[in-house]
Amino acid sequence: MNLALRDIRHRLGRFLITCLGVGLLLGVALAMVGIYQGVVAEALALTRSLAAELWVVEAGTRGPFAEASRVPGDVREIVARVPGVAAAGSITLRTAEMAAPGRIIRAQVMGYEPGRPGGPSSISSGRGLGGSRLEMVADRRAGLALGDTVTLGGDRYRIVGLTRDLVASGGDPLVFIHLRDSQDLQFKLAPPAARRAAAAGAGGSGTDTVNAVIARLHPGAEADAVADTIRRWKHLAALTDAEQAELLTRSVVNRARAQLGLFTVVLLFVTAVIIALIIYTMTMDKLREIATLKLIGAPDRTIAGLVLQQALLLGLAGFAMGAALLFAVRDKFPRTVALGPAEVAAMLGIVVAICILGSIVSIRAALRIDAQAALGG
Amino acid sequence: MAEAPLVRLDSVAKQFGTGEAAVRALDGVSLAVAGGEVVGIRGPSGSGKSTLLNVVACIIAPDAGLLALGDSVVWQGGRYQVADLRSLRRNRIGFIFQFHNLLPFLDATDNVALAMTLAGAELDAARVRARGLLHFLGVGRRAAAMPARLSGGEAQRVAIARALANDPPIILADEPTAALDSERARTVMDLLRRVARERGAAVLVVTHDEKIFDRFDRMVALRDGRIDEAA
Ligand SMILES: Nc1ncnc2c1ncn2[C@@H]1O[C@H](COP(=O)(O)OP(=O)(O)OP(=O)(O)O)[C@@H](O)[C@H]1O
Ligand SMILES: [Mg+2]
Repeated sequence: MNLALRDIRHRLGRFLITCLGVGLLLGVALAMVGIYQGVVAEALALTRSLAAELWVVEAGTRGPFAEASRVPGDVREIVARVPGVAAAGSITLRTAEMAAPGRIIRAQVMGYEPGRPGGPSSISSGRGLGGSRLEMVADRRAGLALGDTVTLGGDRYRIVGLTRDLVASGGDPLVFIHLRDSQDLQFKLAPPAARRAAAAGAGGSGTDTVNAVIARLHPGAEADAVADTIRRWKHLAALTDAEQAELLTRSVVNRARAQLGLFTVVLLFVTAVIIALIIYTMTMDKLREIATLKLIGAPDRTIAGLVLQQALLLGLAGFAMGAALLFAVRDKFPRTVALGPAEVAAMLGIVVAICILGSIVSIRAALRIDAQAALGG
Repeated sequence: MAEAPLVRLDSVAKQFGTGEAAVRALDGVSLAVAGGEVVGIRGPSGSGKSTLLNVVACIIAPDAGLLALGDSVVWQGGRYQVADLRSLRRNRIGFIFQFHNLLPFLDATDNVALAMTLAGAELDAARVRARGLLHFLGVGRRAAAMPARLSGGEAQRVAIARALANDPPIILADEPTAALDSERARTVMDLLRRVARERGAAVLVVTHDEKIFDRFDRMVALRDGRIDEAA
């Protein structure tokens, strides 16, 4: 006869409401874990999608995400000829505001040459950039549909394709345009003084600037070795994809990560305290029943089992409710809530641990209850 | 009764509180109850009747004296001589409490069956026996009812069934007939007498109920924590 279940069944409504409360709390904690993971996932989404193995940037910088980087457009040919490189593509990257009918969309605009590295690895609907200019592939997070037009730098772009879950480290959606369009845009959006200087200066080289060149390597080529070769050009620096990913997580989103991580820990701590208090209240509500169990000779193990099992049931039912709620609403979050089976399982483990630890105090209190407490009327 | 007593108290004293507020609930009580004997305890309210039963049930520790149950000395020299009081309570003592003390989340059958499973019985067998006991006590039709839905008398009889569940050699009852009409009261007392006769149990019953005084082998009167020989 399972006393824990029987007691819960006896006051099921109250237990379910308590579970729901715990569930909301655990749902928030789980959301924090997901948001924390989401920041990392978002920071790496672009580099993963580009599938670059090597990033060639301006010497002395760790661009193009952590620091600004500018290299001449002809670097692409140099990189393409380095032994071990299979393909190289120039990219530009800048934040810009685009005007859609009735609203302004802040986006990370990326320019690349179709057919060369730099585009999204998969298009979820529509197509990639084609031969004609003023086309745009946008991420769904920008809220645009195929065929929509947006104004950027005075030009009207048409949306020809959509991607999924491609955002910049700050959370802005990514949009892709032709490299030439992006270079024109760079020029148009530059401050007037810089624009005059560029127009008066050494002709084409003023506008043929990109932010980085990315390369894919032949199978078997060592990224580190190829990077070393490229570093011999004094005006270039090279980062392997692993270094770039490390930079993105350690440097670019580090503060956000630390902030969210700390907050998650605080939230888990608060959750633990609240669950422990709820278990304690649940136990003290049963003071008379526990004293009665002692009167009829129930051993400590029966009483400890009652408290512990109810604590675990509370935690598990609450967790199930919280997780179900979160998964139901997580697409409504403005930023990615990245929760895989690993995170959910880890959180479940934490909840079980919290329930076990949280019941220790209550079990001790229950074992100290005097059997005489049940003798009064 | 020639046999050794199943319950023996020697000069047991119990005081609640200290100083001005001190109450001598038991003041040198000596009493022996043999197997097969049904002893009644009466006395005015506050005379220490419940305290006496609770001392025998090892729920309240005395301050002085000696308590022996069967062959074993249970309390002596300021401390219990038995490590696991609860095992003693579930295996050797059946207690019918003044306020029933049924578990509110178990139905009548399982309140009785729980006592048996705690003593090691199989649940199914325990339930069968529990229903039998309830039926015997006239509450068979209420076997599936939750305690909150039982009348005072019905709850009392479920509590009696629970106390008898493990065939304990010692049965303690604190006003077991208070909530019953006189016919039911006599039935309950006859049952306790039968348990004493057939199983050789020692039965100690606190009661105010003059209607059943004739059902005891012996009456003990308490007054201010002492046995009142005059009564
Ligand atoms: N836990 C306790 N703490 C303090 N005093 C107590 C306690 N239990 C009993 N007493 C006191 O001890 C005395 C004896 O109490 P007891 O309950 O044994 O009386 P009783 O004979 O059972 O009375 P009643 O017929 O009203 O049930 C009373 O004065 C009571 O107030
Ligand atoms: Mg009393």
